[in-house]
Amino acid sequence: MHPALSVILFSTLSGLGFGLLFFLGLGLPVVTGWMAFAAFTLAFLLAVGGLLASTFHLGHPERALRAFSQWRTSWLSREACASVAALLTMAAYGAGLVFAATRIVPLGLIGAALSICTVLTTSMIYAQLKTVPRWHHWSTPALFLSISLAGGALVAGQNQITLILFVVAAACQSWWWSDGDRRFARAGHTMATATGLGQIGAVRSFAPPHTGSNYLMREMIHQIGRKHALRLRAVALTLGYAVPILILLAPQHWALTTLATLSHVAGILASRWIFFAEAEHVVGLYYGKRG
Amino acid sequence: MTTLPPPGKVKLGLVIDLDTCVGCHACVVACKGWNTENYGAPLSDQDAYGADPSGTFLNRVHSYEVQPEAAPAQIIHFPRSCLHCDNAPCVTVCPTGASYKRAEDGIVLVNESACIGCGLCAWACPYGAREMDAAAKVMKKCTLCVDRIYNDNLPEEDRTPACVRTCPAGARHFGDLGDPDSAINQLVTERGGFDLMPEMGTQPVNKYLPPRLKDKAPEFDVLAPYLTPVTEARGFLGWLDRTLSALPGARD
Ligand code: SF4
Ligand code: SF4
Ligand code: SF4
Repeated sequence: MHPALSVILFSTLSGLGFGLLFFLGLGLPVVTGWMAFAAFTLAFLLAVGGLLASTFHLGHPERALRAFSQWRTSWLSREACASVAALLTMAAYGAGLVFAATRIVPLGLIGAALSICTVLTTSMIYAQLKTVPRWHHWSTPALFLSISLAGGALVAGQNQITLILFVVAAACQSWWWSDGDRRFARAGHTMATATGLGQIGAVRSFAPPHTGSNYLMREMIHQIGRKHALRLRAVALTLGYAVPILILLAPQHWALTTLATLSHVAGILASRWIFFAEAEHVVGLYYGKRG
Repeated sequence: MTTLPPPGKVKLGLVIDLDTCVGCHACVVACKGWNTENYGAPLSDQDAYGADPSGTFLNRVHSYEVQPEAAPAQIIHFPRSCLHCDNAPCVTVCPTGASYKRAEDGIVLVNESACIGCGLCAWACPYGAREMDAAAKVMKKCTLCVDRIYNDNLPEEDRTPACVRTCPAGARHFGDLGDPDSAINQLVTERGGFDLMPEMGTQPVNKYLPPRLKDKAPEFDVLAPYLTPVTEARGFLGWLDRTLSALPGARD
């Protein structure tokens, strides 16, 4: 799939933002006044900034309101509803903390649940797609959730949990990659089943339907060199997980936490880039190109 | 509404005969022509006369080479358009309700004025049947020529999809696949029509007819019985023949 910058930015930043909101909602930590203002502003900037970035991906952003209507069947619609519900709830909860120094516990808990639901709906947009076997797996939500929670805990300064969550997320990520490499073959979609001509013999593409490019090829048949991908995986693993874990083991200092966060975000951006670039859509089979 | 309607009785669709398709792309052109001038946003082209031309099409024709184990390779032309799936994943993923499947005849359509151009439906379709128009920024797909098949302003013989009407080889058939007695359904039964990627669970309405079995060339030569078999010469002549053949420069 084509790694669109807007979608990569969205899922990375808003994932982190909603992760942070989750911990703020749980009261980990309980902050009030200016501290609360800073924490909530940061979380909202990340979450809303990500959402805004994703609307740049739309052909007709002016019709975006319609996207709230089909929550019965569509994960994308559910994501829109969940994100707005989470943001509104957390805004009310945050306002209590900032302006009245009052913590409305149930509101925070509901906001935390909605925040994490938003991350879940984002991941389900990808996990639901049978057409992309690498994504169509329960471990895709697990990956998104663990990354979001680890990042959120890091920014929220929850050092003990952060360490555990980072180890879990790194394990999830590594397994997701290694198992993901085998999912296309396991799903059993081939040129033979795509064309139905497998009974006759081995099928290969003889002439493509068009000599130029088209939407399908630009959007869904993105091919990335294997070596390139492996190098990026190493970068993502190092920056996204290893560096923050090492920093967390050192004595605490706010500058170090900031550094760990920046490194983590850079690593996750790389990881998201590969998430799209490596994902092969079955339509590639018709073009004799998996990818 | 992106909730799929309960399975209807009428299932309009196409049946494509891979035996007769000659790969002329006439259906591609007829489809582009009709759907650019009629319902919905025109199918735009970008850089049409330049170095990197690209455009929106609702129907594309591939050509495959299929190599049987013990026979010459076959070239099979393969038109690909929306299959109007009964269990259409492109419909259920749509966040706006722009994508829908009609309960009355099963046609899958896009309401272009509600489409936000997110592209998710094209991702969900296994068959590459949806293309986002680069100029209108809305999703385009085969409409089964809904503005022809019910169009009383057209002469009776034209109330069929443009691609079917134009196909010079008669490789495209249109009809009600929900009716077991329809001519098109009988064709499917007779010829062993099949689904594309059935493992996807999309339950396509459109069917493909496989190429007919090739007959084998008999191992038979009309002149053979009239030729005297060559027998090897014996005795003196045989010796002469062998000696001469062995000389340098002799052909063998
Ligand atoms: S062929 Fe693709 S676009 Fe058409 S109904 Fe099936 S899934 Fe949807
Ligand atoms: S591109 Fe349009 S029709 Fe397709 S899922 Fe998005 S809003 Fe629906
Ligand atoms: S039925 Fe109409 S829209 Fe569909 S492929 Fe044929 S000509 Fe194109």
